[in-house]
Amino acid sequence: MATFGASFGVLARSAGFGPVAPIVMSLTTFGGSAQFAAVAIISTGGGAVAAVTAAVLLNARYGPIGLSVAPALRDSLWRRALLAQLVVDESWAIGHRGGRIDRNLLLGAGVVMYAAWLVGTVAGVIGGDLLGDPQRLGLDAAFPALFLGLLIPQLRSRRALTAAILGGGIALTLIPFTRPGIPIIAAAAACLVGWWRRP
Amino acid sequence: MSVVWTVVAVVGVATIVIKALGPALLGGRVIPPRILGVVSLLAPALLTALVVTNTIAGERRIVADPRLAGVAVAGAALLARAPLLVAVILAAATTALIRALR
Repeated sequence: MATFGASFGVLARSAGFGPVAPIVMSLTTFGGSAQFAAVAIISTGGGAVAAVTAAVLLNARYGPIGLSVAPALRDSLWRRALLAQLVVDESWAIGHRGGRIDRNLLLGAGVVMYAAWLVGTVAGVIGGDLLGDPQRLGLDAAFPALFLGLLIPQLRSRRALTAAILGGGIALTLIPFTRPGIPIIAAAAACLVGWWRRP
Repeated sequence: MSVVWTVVAVVGVATIVIKALGPALLGGRVIPPRILGVVSLLAPALLTALVVTNTIAGERRIVADPRLAGVAVAGAALLARAPLLVAVILAAATTALIRALR
């Protein structure tokens, strides 16, 4: 996570974000794919509207993800809203235990991820000039590898495998036709197989 | 406000609201089992989509670039029960190596 934070810092710096904006973005947004999408679109001249739309669409998945963690967070309203900020793909995936969300795992992983993401971003912003091209270092391939590592333990049931294949298929089909982010949101529809096929 | 700061501010606020919405409004309530069945499948569906898009998505097209080889090596390592960090480093190293040799 720190490595990805660092690569975000480096990329954002090279896209003309300056030293402070990448750190503020990691503090507030705390969502790797959305942050990378925003940086990529700005660096290629896509403009603010496209960057915001893509990033918000990428983070829209935290709507349904937030619903899934709701039963695990039995706190006051403001505390729930605050703790929910620690939910990212990685902490959410790690927080799954026996088909339910484990509150301690989720929040513990969230705090570690958040700290690593921030430290990484700061390091990336500072050391950006020394590190060189993140693409040359293959850091862009580190993301799918991480997601793959988080996916494999999820594929214990037949339903989960069906949802994964369907979700991957939806994303694959939409890549040539939609802006980045939409294939990921649309793939969420694959979870509807859970409505008909009970465990 | 510059383009960069506008994006940072709007995306930041929107993300905080999106993340807070579910837990703030639904925390502590009992969710029907069917809904939980659906929600439990979000992880495999979304994670697969993230793997697919981060591996082979170009600009509105599907591309087979060195990332694919990196992810394949990581997948093999993971199936051999290698730690996640090792798999991630292998993916980056493989991709970097292929790019360097090109």
